Amino acid sequence: MEWFYEFPSMNDDSLRTLKKAIDEGFRTFTRAYGDAIEGFFSPLQHFLIAAERFMTQTPWPIITLIILAIAWGASRSWKIVLGCLVTLLAIGYFDMWDDTMRTISMIFVCTILSIAVGIPIGILMSRSDRLQRLVNPALDVMQTMPSFVYLIPVVMLLGIGKVPGLIAVVIYAIPPMIRLTDLGIRLVDKDVLEAAEAFGSSSWQKLKNVQLPLALPTIMAGINQTIMMALAMVVIASMIGVQGLGQPVLKAIANQYFTLGIFNGLAIVGIAIIFDRVSQAYGQRLQKHREVVHG
Amino acid sequence: MADQHFDGIKIRHLYKIFGPNASAHVEAVRNGLSKAELNEKFGHVLGLKDINIEMPSGCVQVIMGLSGSGKSTLIRHINRLIDPTAGEVLVNGVDVVKMNELELREFRRQQTAMVFQKFALLPHRNVLDNTLYGLEVQGVERSKAVDVAMRWIERVGLKGFESKYPNQLSGGMQQRVGLARALANDAPVLLMDEAYSALDPLIRTDMQSVLLDLQKEIRKTIVFITHDLDEALRLGDQIAILRDGEVIQQGNSQDIVLRPADDYVANFVKEVNRGRVVQVEAVMVPPWAGLSPTCMTIPAGTTIEDAMRVIAKGPDGDVAVVGPGGEPIGVVNLRQLAGAMVNSHGAVSQHDGSVARAL
Ligand SMILES: Nc1ncnc2c1ncn2[C@@H]1O[C@H](COP(=O)(O)OP(=O)(O)O)[C@@H](O)[C@H]1O
Ligand SMILES: [Mg+2]
Repeated sequence: MEWFYEFPSMNDDSLRTLKKAIDEGFRTFTRAYGDAIEGFFSPLQHFLIAAERFMTQTPWPIITLIILAIAWGASRSWKIVLGCLVTLLAIGYFDMWDDTMRTISMIFVCTILSIAVGIPIGILMSRSDRLQRLVNPALDVMQTMPSFVYLIPVVMLLGIGKVPGLIAVVIYAIPPMIRLTDLGIRLVDKDVLEAAEAFGSSSWQKLKNVQLPLALPTIMAGINQTIMMALAMVVIASMIGVQGLGQPVLKAIANQYFTLGIFNGLAIVGIAIIFDRVSQAYGQRLQKHREVVHG
Repeated sequence: MADQHFDGIKIRHLYKIFGPNASAHVEAVRNGLSKAELNEKFGHVLGLKDINIEMPSGCVQVIMGLSGSGKSTLIRHINRLIDPTAGEVLVNGVDVVKMNELELREFRRQQTAMVFQKFALLPHRNVLDNTLYGLEVQGVERSKAVDVAMRWIERVGLKGFESKYPNQLSGGMQQRVGLARALANDAPVLLMDEAYSALDPLIRTDMQSVLLDLQKEIRKTIVFITHDLDEALRLGDQIAILRDGEVIQQGNSQDIVLRPADDYVANFVKEVNRGRVVQVEAVMVPPWAGLSPTCMTIPAGTTIEDAMRVIAKGPDGDVAVVGPGGEPIGVVNLRQLAGAMVNSHGAVSQHDGSVARAL
């Protein structure tokens, strides 16, 4: 009756050999292809460094103006622009400017990468139910797997640094981008699509003229969520060498510096709110003429 | 372009069965398997059954039937938005069914244009950019496309609204955009699937007039779908009536109103304003010897309503109906005309006794 009270598990030796074999296999893989993979990601490295250099080396008044201009262009709302200004000034006044700029540049690159990878995958997914059935569980895993777990293989492959951090963040943040692109395209009014078809549109013309424009508000919601999730990863990413607001937080946890933690935490919240309000206001502005109305 | 050597549309032995294994059941349907049986035994839906319609170039062909009778399915076979299970759809002599993807796309760009019940405008484009959509897809230069589009926008009465978005317009105006978009294509075939059904009655009559006016000059082959008999009678040079995917009667408005093929059609016809449809020939009696009609005459082809309007102004008595050459071909009086308007039997039994049975 022992099996009834104790789960009949694999014996310790075989389990150990199994884990060892997998680890060994992955290590061999890393040794063989690590360099090639690193080479593959080196353009990202350059992009990251360039973005960071731009954000940290440009004088702060210019950066502030650029951010305010973007906020105005996207939202056309003085309230949002004013909110951005106050947040940025407070961040600078409490001496967190450089870290904030590093974090913003990281989030920027992450978002660009998520868009560049996520939208095409979402488009393909919207065209094939089979692909959707395949990709959806993968996205579930990416979102529910504790992020520390996939930091391990990423670090094994690429070591500590910006690029592995970026990849970890993108893995965590890209699912809403893919899902909402897929959803947005699937929800496009069938009648409008049929009309485009009836006028002899090619599938590229349908995508460009109908599906993407009509899905754009949904895609914008995806971008918004992706940015929010990327920000949520900032502290974890700092554990593998990503600079920015995460590192002081980490230090604060290790040394129990309460105020340091709170200040940097609030700075993260501040830029999260800026990103969120600006991108949502932009999404809403897009929405203006896009609903289909009958009668 | 629309009228040069365009050979019209011919639909031959067209079958459409919805379901995963459609082609396996065509033979059974040909041999008399009914829609209900097909659905019950095999889980397939019979969409269209043995449709044969010839639509001459430059005519308005109306397809009429209750909701679910297969009208939308039928019109979508003409530009092959739906693939048939069997049969031929010849447009200008070319079988649409046999086209490959590229040919089909080119065919849709050059030969057909479509107007939809729910307008189906691009919500993110303004009126101008919606109107030139077909031209843009064809690859026409932007400045030229704008010229053409502006002309049609003006022609459908939307001048000044070019930069409005669809959701800023009323339903009637949106459908004008739909019409302009279709006409800008300058395709010989114009497909209209319940294009006016979503509009208020007044606006609908308005749009019918717009179409009739335009048709005088554009002379396109128009396939117009409606479930409204008044609309069908007003617009159609030819009318085909569908029920459960089958054509049960084809003919012009006189045929449909005076000689409905069965109860289904008779039911449609019952509510119609006969005075506006039935012509005096259907009511008149042959002229007899020694007849002395009043000095008025009515040309053949006049509707009863118009004839009454003429007669009501004159003295009592019989009025001659005259043919194109002025020769008398029959005689009517006010009582006969009034009888024909209110009492279908009166009009019909004199003209064609066999139909009285159907009414
Ligand atoms: N894709 C489809 N699959 C199954 N049945 C369909 C499909 N499209 C239409 N039908 C059926 O075909 C019949 C005719 O539909 P439709 O052509 O839309 O009618 P109408 O336009 O006259 O209202 C209906 O019974 C409908 O349920
Ligand atoms: Mg329909």
